[in-house]
Amino acid sequence: MLSDKDRIYLNLHGQDDWKLAGARRRGDWDNTKDILALGRETVIKTVIDSGLRGRGGAGFSTGLKWSFMPKNEGPLPHYLVINGDESEPGTCKDREVMRHEPHKIVEGALLASFAIGAHTAYIYIRGEYYNEANRLQVAIDEAYEAGLIGKNACGSGWDFDFYIHRGAGAYICGEETAQLESLEGKKGQPRLKPPFPAGKGLYGCPTTINNVESISVTPTILRRGSAWFAGIGRPNNTGPKLMAISGHVNTPCVFEEALGLPIKDVIEKHGGGVRGGWDNLLAVIPGGTSMPMLNKETCESTLFDFDGLRDAGSGLGTACMVVMDKSTDIIRAVTLLSKFYKHESCGQCTPCREGSIWVLKVMQRMTEGRAEIEEIDMLMDVTKNIENTTICAMGMSVAWPVQALIRNFRPVMEQRIMDYKKSRGGASQIQVPGDAAIGSF
Amino acid sequence: MAKVIVDGIPVEVPNGSSVLQACEAAGKEIPRFCYHDKLSVAGNCRMCMVEITGARKPLVSSCSHPVMEGMHVTTDSETIRTARRSTMELLLINHPLDCPICDQGGECDLQDQAVGYGRDCSRYTDEKRAVVDKYMGPLIRTVMTRCIQCTRCIRFTNEIAGTAELGGIYRGTSLEITPFIEQSLVSELSGNLIDVCPVGALTSKPTAFHYRSWELKNTDSIDVVDAVGTNIMLQIRGNEVMRVLPRKNDDVNEEWLSDKGRFSLDGLKRRRLDRPWIKKNGKLVEASWTETIQYVADKLKTVAADRIGAIAGDLCDAESMLALKHLVNGLGSANTDCRQDNAYYDISERGNYVFNSSIAGIEDADALLVIGSFPRQEAPVLNARIRKRWLSLTEQFPIAYIGELPDDPTYKIDHLGESPELINELLAGNHAFVDILKNAKRPMIILGHGALIRPDSKVIFEKTMALANAIGAVSEDWNGFNILHHAASRVAGLDLGFIPQGQGKDVAAMINGGVDVLWMLGADEVDISTLSPECFVIYQGHHGERAASRADVILPGATYTEKSGTYVNTEGRVQRSFRAICPPGEAKEEWSVICSIGQALAVEQPYQNLETLRQYMTEVNPVFAQCGLVKNSVAVSVGDGAQGNFEKQPLTAVISDYFLTNSISRASLTMNECSKLRYAPSAEAAE
Repeated sequence: MLSDKDRIYLNLHGQDDWKLAGARRRGDWDNTKDILALGRETVIKTVIDSGLRGRGGAGFSTGLKWSFMPKNEGPLPHYLVINGDESEPGTCKDREVMRHEPHKIVEGALLASFAIGAHTAYIYIRGEYYNEANRLQVAIDEAYEAGLIGKNACGSGWDFDFYIHRGAGAYICGEETAQLESLEGKKGQPRLKPPFPAGKGLYGCPTTINNVESISVTPTILRRGSAWFAGIGRPNNTGPKLMAISGHVNTPCVFEEALGLPIKDVIEKHGGGVRGGWDNLLAVIPGGTSMPMLNKETCESTLFDFDGLRDAGSGLGTACMVVMDKSTDIIRAVTLLSKFYKHESCGQCTPCREGSIWVLKVMQRMTEGRAEIEEIDMLMDVTKNIENTTICAMGMSVAWPVQALIRNFRPVMEQRIMDYKKSRGGASQIQVPGDAAIGSF
Repeated sequence: MAKVIVDGIPVEVPNGSSVLQACEAAGKEIPRFCYHDKLSVAGNCRMCMVEITGARKPLVSSCSHPVMEGMHVTTDSETIRTARRSTMELLLINHPLDCPICDQGGECDLQDQAVGYGRDCSRYTDEKRAVVDKYMGPLIRTVMTRCIQCTRCIRFTNEIAGTAELGGIYRGTSLEITPFIEQSLVSELSGNLIDVCPVGALTSKPTAFHYRSWELKNTDSIDVVDAVGTNIMLQIRGNEVMRVLPRKNDDVNEEWLSDKGRFSLDGLKRRRLDRPWIKKNGKLVEASWTETIQYVADKLKTVAADRIGAIAGDLCDAESMLALKHLVNGLGSANTDCRQDNAYYDISERGNYVFNSSIAGIEDADALLVIGSFPRQEAPVLNARIRKRWLSLTEQFPIAYIGELPDDPTYKIDHLGESPELINELLAGNHAFVDILKNAKRPMIILGHGALIRPDSKVIFEKTMALANAIGAVSEDWNGFNILHHAASRVAGLDLGFIPQGQGKDVAAMINGGVDVLWMLGADEVDISTLSPECFVIYQGHHGERAASRADVILPGATYTEKSGTYVNTEGRVQRSFRAICPPGEAKEEWSVICSIGQALAVEQPYQNLETLRQYMTEVNPVFAQCGLVKNSVAVSVGDGAQGNFEKQPLTAVISDYFLTNSISRASLTMNECSKLRYAPSAEAAE
């Protein structure tokens, strides 16, 4: 359990002033000039040593990502892009940071930009986060006024400009290269990799893209040292992390907790327990809805961090879990996810464009039971094909929830199909049209 | 060069190549839909998957993955086959599978690859997607439900055509390719969309449902609607040209063909002259060849030699021009002219009237000045090459135009103005652009016919030549002085000396009472309104136009599809085309008729057949000995040069209606419709 002294986000719930005065009181912008004076290499090394893994979902080492940027600035400028396009269903951790701790983002942006040699940073904020973007803008204005950013930021001699870009409501623009396309004013469609953004990113220049949370924890890491951060959690899964619980728990919330706790403890402590008691739990989707769901048995033994969930056949993702109790129609729940991913597919590459609607159509029939048992295997096969061949990770988002459903709840699906057939006059293997009147045969 | 091992076969490919190119170098065929040699890489069809041993994610799309030294690539494994089969299945679930009624059937990438990677039956039982068809004008027929969203067409209009007319709207499964507004495409290269589309979404509208691809036989030919000399393939069924397709030739047209060349083929069948006619008592009556040849020979015997004249048109092959020139000269006349527009050329050197930089050479140039020309209409395929150079990221390519701009040139230009006086300013160094030209290593000047058909053409030509020398456009290894022609026969005519020799009369003099017998060899663009009624007109050509109705004798000829001919393009590249079909009725290849008349007149002719005629041609000018290659002499500076004054009037565009520039396109219904939509847009609103 995370002790209060180790908390990074002291104003996560907005109980204190979010503006510059309040942020300074909580320790933000304290001696930023001294941190910058450490030099690029030290800053990057500290972040690598802290073991900070990217908080956006993929869990790649943040410091390592920074180190991929060219060491010396060539003819092309470097850019930092902060990904605030938090559109995953069930995920709302970055929103709280933007709302109540905007100065952590601004300061983190300065430090990260310094570390990668960028004088300009953009933050791409989800279009629906209107008020949050306004608050961040106020924080940026305050920082400019106080000389914390802008020319000679914090008196360090480093020039730094920070701009907000608001998205227009496309989930795919949270994918890093699609976000760059969108920032450039083009249609938000993922780019082919390679080239990776560190070589050719925004406007063809070296670019680093980090999640809001990854950026906003770096000032604290640099202030308190890598050893402090690495001492929390387990090896390779270090640090406190923003998490959220939504769904069928007594107290859904966003909170900060150390990584590496059992899922059950997290739900009991922060979520106030599953509605109707632990035994009423059906499944948990651990982090952002694109991760495969876990059934009750797995939840009891699995640790809530990157490696623990990977070993359980799932992933931490954004660490914003969705808890479902036994009142949930689990097939319908996954169908709704399929509907979301079908709606948000950008349409660029074949497997996702064509596969997402296929999966949805089959899932819609599965919800009713209007399908064949063999179609469950077919669905598994189709999703397996989709996940490997797409340009971006969206293919996995389409495939994984459905695969996990089949893995964990296949008997439920088969029962639904049998029930449907029975209600229509028999459990034969003949495909029954959805609205056909059986009596007429 | 990077060494890559593809299925155990070591190959060397240039650095920066894609894995797909490496696989092709190793002789492995990789299925693909979105990848196209001449377009940017989209990597969205996911068909070209291969495995790279040792990579973090082994299964990659080969078209977008760069090669690395020592890379091991597998092009066939169970994983790869599964991935390709899966992509094929996904492409087909929303494809209508209407191959029996699809014009692409038989030459469809989707159909072909479905044989290799398709399932025997579909697992998809739900409703298919349907997409509303889009209107793209009279040339492109759309069946958008067949579209597999490979975005080749979008990339073509954005990159090659430079008109950015197509785009994708909506997202995910609702993604639609659309021209945004219901308007016909404005690109002169839009027909190539049919070729780049791998499925039957974009097909030819004028010939919809006319043929199946497997019924067609191919004959190599050369396009004559402009002077680019586009390499084409005539596809015939029976005695009819069903389709014209470009052939790949990276030196000339890459893979592109202009719309006029592709779609004016219905003009080949309309308004044709299919039998000889002789005017008797003021009325044309049908005649036999024997009678006609004798009639013409008799007439030619009765006039004084210097009262005989010959004008060659824009579509003529070199053979017929040479035969006619030989005949007229043999009769003692020097009155031959292939310049229907009275253009000025300095023919002392071949380099003075051809496109010296060569079309492929545009890609090496680093600055361009266009004077009195609008290549987008005069040579759309060449214009695409200019755009390609302009788009390349390696170096800047500043372009300036002097002269009228009837349309968007499809790249960013510096429009200096329309007055020829600007050439003087550039020459005097008073203009900023001259510094760009001087600083360029390989500057180019394109001089078009807008500047060459004026009374002051000689001055413009000489001053431009002086400018070319001043900016260092002509050196040992680079010749940046170019004349852009738009008549397919012109360079051959000049090479053969089909222009007035010695005391010979030019077109204007011949028309204005200079001759008593005027032989018009396909000369449809000459204004004959001032021709005296006494002048005896022999019209030899394939289409019944103004000149034919004025003619006293009509000798029906063959179009470029109906004869083997030699054409010289604007670069001076000698190219041969082959006979694809027979001329209609009794029409005959022009040179053979001229030969017969020559025999009737007992003119000594050093040839009896096409072979010996071509032999004679190489004797007249050795450039005809080498087909397909260009070898230009370096243009020389004009002796005293740069004298005289410019006329006041601005340089105007030479083509007023892109679609109707020759007798074939004027006879084409398709081209007339296009012209109406382009130049009288109100017609479209009524649709």
